[in-house]
Amino acid sequence: MTTEAHTTDLQRYVLHLADTHLVLAQRLGEWCGHGPVLEQDIALTNIGLDLLGQSTTLYQYAATLLNDGRTEDDLAFMRREHEYTNVLLVEQPNGDFGVTVARQFYFDVFQRLFLKGLANSKDEALAGMAEKALKEVTYHLKWSSEWVIRLGDGTDESHARMQKALNDLWMYTGELTTPTAYETALAEAGYIPNLASLRELWLEQVKQVITEATLVMPAADAWMQQGGKTGRHTEHLGYILTDMQYLQRTYPGMKW
Amino acid sequence: MSTNWPLWEVFIRSRQGLDHKHVGSLHAADAKMAMENARDVYTRRMEGVSIWVVLSGNIHASNPDEAGSFYDPAEDKVYRHPTFYDVPDEVKNM
Repeated sequence: MTTEAHTTDLQRYVLHLADTHLVLAQRLGEWCGHGPVLEQDIALTNIGLDLLGQSTTLYQYAATLLNDGRTEDDLAFMRREHEYTNVLLVEQPNGDFGVTVARQFYFDVFQRLFLKGLANSKDEALAGMAEKALKEVTYHLKWSSEWVIRLGDGTDESHARMQKALNDLWMYTGELTTPTAYETALAEAGYIPNLASLRELWLEQVKQVITEATLVMPAADAWMQQGGKTGRHTEHLGYILTDMQYLQRTYPGMKW
Repeated sequence: MSTNWPLWEVFIRSRQGLDHKHVGSLHAADAKMAMENARDVYTRRMEGVSIWVVLSGNIHASNPDEAGSFYDPAEDKVYRHPTFYDVPDEVKNM
């Protein structure tokens, strides 16, 4: 494979990562002022801001790689739904607190495993970003794991809601460790970890927490949704972008 | 929800070598959650390197109504301050 092909794959890939982080940050931001208690309201937005920071770094890097005059803001605010390539999991609605916790937990387990691998990337920018993000994500995972356990091993109602949330979001977890063509190419070239190889570890760590929470692990061989990473989304993404991009679309280039 | 959670007092050490200082309080279901809430609420701007959380109920405070008998008697005991004593000129280092 030529270097040029790698560049294209890397552009797609960095944008995909940036989109995933931004969309989850936006979702968590929706909790601002609506958290179940003040302390958790802040915890959720802290996590959201960590992800937003990571996405900023990634969009800046993507803009450098694309080198077509677009800035990180253009990439975040002026791209359409089918151009976004975030994973489906992160665009799912907040639901009740249990759904938000489940979504975060599935993502955090994956992200931590993945960043550990990415820290060894032959691409220095990605390796640097991974190293910085790893500390933040280690805390995110602690937070979300403990909430899964607290709600699962809590009251009858919290147990039932946590189980339902884990079940409902399960079909969006397969995409995390199913590589697209551009990811396979980059993994083979040493840019990113082999996603499929993370699957067993992911299942193992998820199971450990779910078991401690006295909850039931959904079936590992269940049917999984795919498509986010190639721009095919659930109906929810359009609404998120409408909300998030409104200002830049109405007043293009506006700054404040 | 929060009404069922006990109140915790939060103490933060801003730098190694300094004392933990009381910074505020928060609600949490258990010590682990109190610690994380304290981290999320009180150390967002690099305020600390160490956190203590204590159930508010475990703190016993002096009664303001007893302030007279507690503190006033110390007022006329100036000799308890080292500055009350004249240091002889012969003492060089003190």
